[in-house]
Amino acid sequence: MTASDRLEAQPQGVNRPPSIPPTLEVRDLRTVFLTDAGPVRAVDGVSFSVGAGETLGIVGESGSGKSVTALSLMRLLEEPARIVGGSMTFQGRDLLAMRPEELRALRGDRMAMVFQDPMTGLNPVIRILRQLTEPMVAHGRFTPPEAKQRAVGLLGRMGITAPEKTVSRFPHEFSGGMRQRVMLAMGFANDPALLIADEPTTALDVTIQAQILDLLRQLNAEFGTAIVLISHDLGVIGAVCRRVAVMYAGEVVEEAATAEVLADPRHPYAWALVNAVPRIDQPLGEDRRLVSIEGAPPDALALPAGCRFAPRCPFKIARCETEHPPLAEVAPGRLARCWVTQAGQVLPRAGGAGFGGTRAASTATEPLLAVRGLVKHFPLPRESLFGARRVVHAVNGIDLDVARGETLGIVGESGCGKSTLARLITRIHAPTAGSITFAGQEIATASPAAIRPLRRRMQMVFQDPYASLNPRMTIGDILAEPLVAHGVVGRGAAARERVRDLLSTVGLNPAWEARYPHEFSGGQRQRISIARALALEPEFIVADEPISALDVNIQAQILNLMLDLQQRMGLTYLFIAHDLAVVRHLCDRVAVLYLGQVMESAPAGALFARPLHPYTGVLISAVPVPGRTRVVLQGEPPSTLVLPTGCVFRARCPIARPVCATAPPLAEHAPGRWAACHFPGEFAHGEMGA
Amino acid sequence: MLRTLVTRLAGAAIMAVLATLVIFLIANTVPGDPVLAQLGDIAASNPATVLEWRAKWGLDLPLWERYGIFLQGLAQGDLGTSIASQRPVLDDIAQYAPATVELASIAFALALGTGIPLGIAAAVWRDTWVDAAARVISLIGVSSPTFWLAFVMLAVFYGGLQIAPGPGRLDPIAFPPEEVTGLFLVDSLLAGDWEAFHDAAAHLVLPSIVLAAATIGLITRTTRAAMLEAMGQDYVRVSRAKGMRESYTILRHVLPNALIPVVTLGGLAYANLLAGAVMTETVFSWPGLGRYTFRSAAALDFPAIMGITLVVSVTYLLVNLAVDLSYALLDPRVRR
Ligand SMILES: Nc1ncnc2c1ncn2[C@@H]1O[C@H](COP(=O)(O)OP(=O)(O)O)[C@@H](O)[C@H]1O
Ligand code: SF4
Ligand code: SF4
Ligand SMILES: [Mg+2]
Repeated sequence: MTASDRLEAQPQGVNRPPSIPPTLEVRDLRTVFLTDAGPVRAVDGVSFSVGAGETLGIVGESGSGKSVTALSLMRLLEEPARIVGGSMTFQGRDLLAMRPEELRALRGDRMAMVFQDPMTGLNPVIRILRQLTEPMVAHGRFTPPEAKQRAVGLLGRMGITAPEKTVSRFPHEFSGGMRQRVMLAMGFANDPALLIADEPTTALDVTIQAQILDLLRQLNAEFGTAIVLISHDLGVIGAVCRRVAVMYAGEVVEEAATAEVLADPRHPYAWALVNAVPRIDQPLGEDRRLVSIEGAPPDALALPAGCRFAPRCPFKIARCETEHPPLAEVAPGRLARCWVTQAGQVLPRAGGAGFGGTRAASTATEPLLAVRGLVKHFPLPRESLFGARRVVHAVNGIDLDVARGETLGIVGESGCGKSTLARLITRIHAPTAGSITFAGQEIATASPAAIRPLRRRMQMVFQDPYASLNPRMTIGDILAEPLVAHGVVGRGAAARERVRDLLSTVGLNPAWEARYPHEFSGGQRQRISIARALALEPEFIVADEPISALDVNIQAQILNLMLDLQQRMGLTYLFIAHDLAVVRHLCDRVAVLYLGQVMESAPAGALFARPLHPYTGVLISAVPVPGRTRVVLQGEPPSTLVLPTGCVFRARCPIARPVCATAPPLAEHAPGRWAACHFPGEFAHGEMGA
Repeated sequence: MLRTLVTRLAGAAIMAVLATLVIFLIANTVPGDPVLAQLGDIAASNPATVLEWRAKWGLDLPLWERYGIFLQGLAQGDLGTSIASQRPVLDDIAQYAPATVELASIAFALALGTGIPLGIAAAVWRDTWVDAAARVISLIGVSSPTFWLAFVMLAVFYGGLQIAPGPGRLDPIAFPPEEVTGLFLVDSLLAGDWEAFHDAAAHLVLPSIVLAAATIGLITRTTRAAMLEAMGQDYVRVSRAKGMRESYTILRHVLPNALIPVVTLGGLAYANLLAGAVMTETVFSWPGLGRYTFRSAAALDFPAIMGITLVVSVTYLLVNLAVDLSYALLDPRVRR
């Protein structure tokens, strides 16, 4: 199915005739958490309205009050949260004056909500069917047989195959993407007038995300359901929502049409958000540093008297520290809470970057790392005494070269073997077959003792910085540990000296060495993991999704840090990520994995400009870019238990032909451009900036 | 499913036999001579009598041979003869077991019937007087010594208020109902004897409360904790967002998830109630397995001890199996 943006068809909020009341009208909403330390003002004077059939996005970093706003709208807040001010009207009725009975009648009926994590939102011991029909029957809109029929219909509408059969399954039999479809079906169970979706795609792969966003857009167009979509990703919002409200520290700081905010943000925080993320549809600058703002959002217990963004704002003027700016019109239909832009000043265009310093292309001929025919199979535990053992085919014959000083990006959907590949290269796992040569030495079959000296030269950074730092050790001890273990320095003064060095290298205060991991934010912890990886002065760093768990601004900081370190120390990176724009931004070359095999590998610029393999094409096309025609890849990666015959991508390939029943080899089609496809370059994807 | 069941049963049988081996070895290494315990001082001072007695009970044979004989008997469904009662051990057990099964089952039902609702209430009305009351009740249940509780109950409700019958399974002058299962409640119902049913039920009240007390406390606590955990899960918020009633959300979404850990505890608790009724049975003159065990141990009655061990381990294993099967009922994720 091909779907293109049809946002033009939507009514626009600001031009709504005054006679029709909006579906949802929020005025000056204030929600606080009554904690022991004092009231935390999580939502502090938020106003917006959503008309019938409109789409509004809410964007902001974690902790900015997006979810609390959503829960306030549903009146689903739990202790110790209180709505202490403002008004909320839904279809002309005052939500704050409603009795619990009336609210319940509204929830899941006229007003529905979809939550972030589809893995925990479904009850594991109740069949999907029942969870879907519950609200239909409870609100008296359908009889049980009708509800069942509708549930099957809705699931089918959400793109679940054979819904009559799947509907009687239990949640654990569904993948994350399928579960989110079920959650959406649940949201639409009674044809609500308003659907609130809180980060509905954050936990999903780009391909699945594209499917879900497409679905939201279609449902909005088809049923005229008003949608409030919450996300930390402006790209996601841009794919669905006409208008967006940018939240910071419990306030709306900018509200305008999404396209306008993306092109020309009028609040410095929105400006930072837009420029912190590399854009896949814009040309790469010479310098790749991203805009990142230092500091953290203010403590909600002690909010600044003036502009809340003032402590971090690069544009602030004298007035900002003392006077709290109102949300006021800066252009027709555009509101911003900023003294500077209200006075008519325009924020500079960052356009991906622009502050000097070029990247030297790698010139080394002999690769630092060479991988040939790498295979890793995980036999599963026996299910019964007599049955055959099943095997997970995680990595199935990978060839790769990484030149000294370059960054190789690895992309692919989850489960395609990216992490396993990283663990094989660092020899956390032993390969089933194949060879790995690092700096001229064969390590695939080497004994742990023979690898130990190489560990100093090759380090790994993980996705979850918290899980990989021992919570009971101080940062100083965590960083000194590898130094002492490898006998680089003795305990005591020398180690402390080096630890303080490392902390300042990654931009942390050296005085923090006595702190414990929980005292740091996510971004700071990731800096600590990077410092730990750098402790032994390695040449090569394998980073497995190092920024996936972080907010965009922190992502920008970490990416800048990685670029910086590479330039200063001549590091070589193997960078695993599912965010293609980030990979395009950071990497010299990219390898695309599917079912544990390389589908395509090429220099980043060429690969993104003109992908040769159809899988690369659909992956790039899945990245949400407002106003771009997209090809949405259907389905999900097949099971790794039984490898398909022929081309492994055949089942989902939009251009598969009979000849694809024989496996295509990974062949070089142009200098440095490898692809495993019988029809390289034949799949045309949406037009893209070079 | 069936194949799993068969494998599990076979495994259970092997485990039970292994348990007898362990008990056999332990019983034969404890100091103490059954001769002295059985024959009395005078007879035991006559070497000829002692030799003859030992030969009669096979005590003169080497350890392994004796275990072999035990296993041989076991294979034919014979657990040997009790030294003390001179009757087949199996008959002894069959005679004593129903009283214990009846008492433990009623106590178990009582524990579940009180502990689960109490735990639910404590979690739903967390940090209110309901929660506090539940905490006090479970604390009393867990911490009062059985022996003491049994005496207090007897003294207050039988001795003082005289609203409960005294020790024993029935009034001393009443006739037991015609034996079918040995469970008086069931047998009296089968015989249509309402008077006996009422009598048996009344006699069960105090001992089952005493026996259940600690288990009520444990089940209340576990249920409360499991409920609170489940109430914090996302699917509960989803249910509320769907506009489901609070009572429905608690009973239909929270409870089934909370019951999963309760089942584990329940299985263990039932097996413990069956095996651990000694104290209660002693105070309430309950002619059950607990007292039989106590007497056999005191008399170093090896065949009886082995038989009881076997019965108890088989019980534990069966209960465990039942727990696993109920997991499969409660939690679709462990079904295959
Ligand atoms: N230790 C393991 N045992 C069994 N299967 C594993 C193990 N580690 C990874 N896998 C499986 O290998 C496949 C590839 O996983 P992974 O490399 O983590 O993918 P990605 O990093 O792309 O998300 C998945 O199907 C995963 O479930
Ligand atoms: S009001 Fe001042 S501090 Fe606040 S965002 Fe505008 S320029 Fe920055
Ligand atoms: S070989 Fe065929 S099926 Fe495989 S990617 Fe190419 S066109 Fe698609
Ligand atoms: Mg991974």
